[in-house]
Amino acid sequence: MAEQLIEAKNLKKYFPVNKGLFGRKKSYVRAVDGVSFSIFKGETLGLVGESGCGKSTTGRIIMRLLAPTEGEIRFNGKDISRLPDHQLRELRKELQMVFQDPYASLNPRMTVGEIIAEPLVVHRTATGKERDKRVQELLELVGLSSYHANRYAHEFSGGQRQRIGIARALALHPKLIVADEPVSALDVSIQSQVLNLMQDLQKELGLAYLFISHDLSVVEHISDRVGVMYLGRIVEIAEKDDLYDKPLHPYTQALLSAVPVADPRIRKERIILEGDIPSPSNPPQGCSFHPRCKSCMDICKTTVPELKESEPGHFTACHLYG
Amino acid sequence: MANNSVVVQPDGRVVPQDAEKARTPFSEFWRKFKKQRLAVVAGCFIILLFIISLIGPYITPYSAIEPDYDNILSPPTLKHLAGTDAYGRDIFSRIIEGTRISLFVGLTSVLVGAIGGTFLGLISGFYGKWVDSVIMRFCDVLFAFPGILLAIGIIAILGPGLENVIIAVAIFSIPIFARIVRSSTLSLKATMYVEAARSIGASPRRIIFKHIFPGTLSSIIVYFTMRIGTSILTAASLSFLGLGAQPPSPEWGAMLSSGRDFLNTAPHVTFFPGFAIFLTVLAFNLLGDGLRDALDPKMKDE
Repeated sequence: MAEQLIEAKNLKKYFPVNKGLFGRKKSYVRAVDGVSFSIFKGETLGLVGESGCGKSTTGRIIMRLLAPTEGEIRFNGKDISRLPDHQLRELRKELQMVFQDPYASLNPRMTVGEIIAEPLVVHRTATGKERDKRVQELLELVGLSSYHANRYAHEFSGGQRQRIGIARALALHPKLIVADEPVSALDVSIQSQVLNLMQDLQKELGLAYLFISHDLSVVEHISDRVGVMYLGRIVEIAEKDDLYDKPLHPYTQALLSAVPVADPRIRKERIILEGDIPSPSNPPQGCSFHPRCKSCMDICKTTVPELKESEPGHFTACHLYG
Repeated sequence: MANNSVVVQPDGRVVPQDAEKARTPFSEFWRKFKKQRLAVVAGCFIILLFIISLIGPYITPYSAIEPDYDNILSPPTLKHLAGTDAYGRDIFSRIIEGTRISLFVGLTSVLVGAIGGTFLGLISGFYGKWVDSVIMRFCDVLFAFPGILLAIGIIAILGPGLENVIIAVAIFSIPIFARIVRSSTLSLKATMYVEAARSIGASPRRIIFKHIFPGTLSSIIVYFTMRIGTSILTAASLSFLGLGAQPPSPEWGAMLSSGRDFLNTAPHVTFFPGFAIFLTVLAFNLLGDGLRDALDPKMKDE
C-alpha cells in the first residue's frame, strides 16, 4: 500500500453540557469516542453512519476546526492535534474541506473569483495577474468558465456552487480534502456529476479524500475503503468490496440491507433495527450497539469490543469475531 | 443552470449575454429601495438638507446673527417668510444656517458612536468569553441611564458646548451599535462560509473584516440613519436646555429655547425651528425604515 498520509489515533471529542443553574454538574456528549483510522496518499476513505453518529465531527477534528478532547492526529508523521494557531494556518495549505451545503458555504457578498482566490490571498501564494490566472485555471479545472469569476454565488445552481467549493479547496494544491457530505444537498442527477468530477480530480492531482456521507451507494461509488460509524465509534472498516460483499458487524449488515436494489425480483432479507439510536450523552454499557443487536451476547453488555483485524485488511469491533 | 445564456461571437469567443446587467448587491438594493415611495421622498428631502447646509450661508436673504431692532417679533410676512425673533433676526435665514449645525452634530456624533460601537460589537461577538462579558457589561452600564440623562451627565463633566454635545451623543450611541453588531456577528460567526474561511486558514482579522463586517453593514446603515434623527433631536434638546449651542448661534434647539418666552404673543418664533426639527427627524426615520425594508435579506422575494 502507498504511503500513509494521515493517521488518527483514538480520537475523542466530548462536548460539555452544563446542567443546573450554575453549571456545576457537567455531563458530556460523546460525539466522537475513540476513533482510529488512517488514510493513504491518493486514496478515498468513506465514512458512513446515521446522522448524529459523529462522522461530521470526526471530519472537523481532522481539519482541526475542532480540537480533539483526546487522541492524536498524525499528518505526514507529524502530530497536528495540539498545534498552535499560526502553525495550523500553514497546515491549511495541505488540508482543505468541501462543505455539505453549497448555498451556505459561499459568502454571498463575494464574487466567485474572490471566493476562489481567497486561499491564495490568505496564504500569499500568488498575486496580481498570476492570481487571476490561477483562478481561471481552477474554474476550468472544475468545469466552469472563466467568465463566471465576476458573478455572485447566488447566480449559480447547487451543482455549480459545489464546483466552486471544490475549486476553492483545490486552490492551494492540498494533499487531503475532507468532504463533508458534499453531494447530499444536490439532486441525484447532479450528484453523479460532482462525484465523477471529484474522482477525475483525484486521478489528475493525486488527492486523498476523507469522504463523509450517510448515503451508502454514494460512498460505494467513490471510496477505496469504507469505515462504518456508530455512536462515535468506528465499528467496521475495510476495503470497499470486502465491506459491501461481506459485512461482518451486525450494524453494517443491517445498514446494507436497507439499501434499495434496482431489481424488484431480488428479494433481500431486510434487517430492521429495533429501538432508537441511544443518546451519545449516555451511551449503553459495553458495546454501544448491543441493545439493538440481534446477536447480542452476555459479553457485549459489559465489555467494549475493540477494533480488531478479523480478516486481512478487514477490521471489526465486535465480540462475534474476537 | 442559472443565467447561462451565452453568445458565440463570429471569431469563436464565447461571451455571456447578460454580462452587462450583472446583478450586483447594489443594483439589487436600488431596485428594492425604489419601490419605497415615502423613503425615496424622505431621501430627497435629506439630500436637499445637505445641499442647504453646504450653500446655506450664501443663499440666506438676511444675516442670521445681526440684530434688526426695527423688526422685532414680526409675524411671517412676504419680507420675512418665517417672521423675526426678539432681536429682529430673520427666522427663515437662521433656520437655513442652523441646518448645517444640526446635520453636522447628528452625523459626526452618530459616526463616532457607530465606529466605536461596531468595533466593540465585532470584537465582542467574535471572541466571546470574557471579552464579550466585559464589553457587554460596560454597555449595560451605559444602557442603565436614560439617554438624555447620560448626555447631561457627560456635559456636566465636560462643560456646555456643541463639541461636548457631540461627544455626549456619541458615547450613548456606542452601546446601541455594539449590541446590534454583536448580535449579527454572533449569527454570522456560525455560518458555513465563516467556517469555510477558517478552514482555508484565514486570520481572525481577515474573517472579521472580510466576512463578518460586510454582513453587519446593512443593519449598521439602517440604524445609523435612524439614529441621526434621534441625535439631532437630542442635540436640540440639550441646546434647548442651554447645554449645547450657545446664543446667538442659530442652532434649532437654541432658537426654540429663545422663543419660549413669547409662546403666546409670537408662536412663530418657536413653531418654525420646531417644524424644521420635526421634518428632519421624520425624514431620517422614514429613510431608515425604507432602507431596512430594502436591505433586509428576509424580504428578498416579495
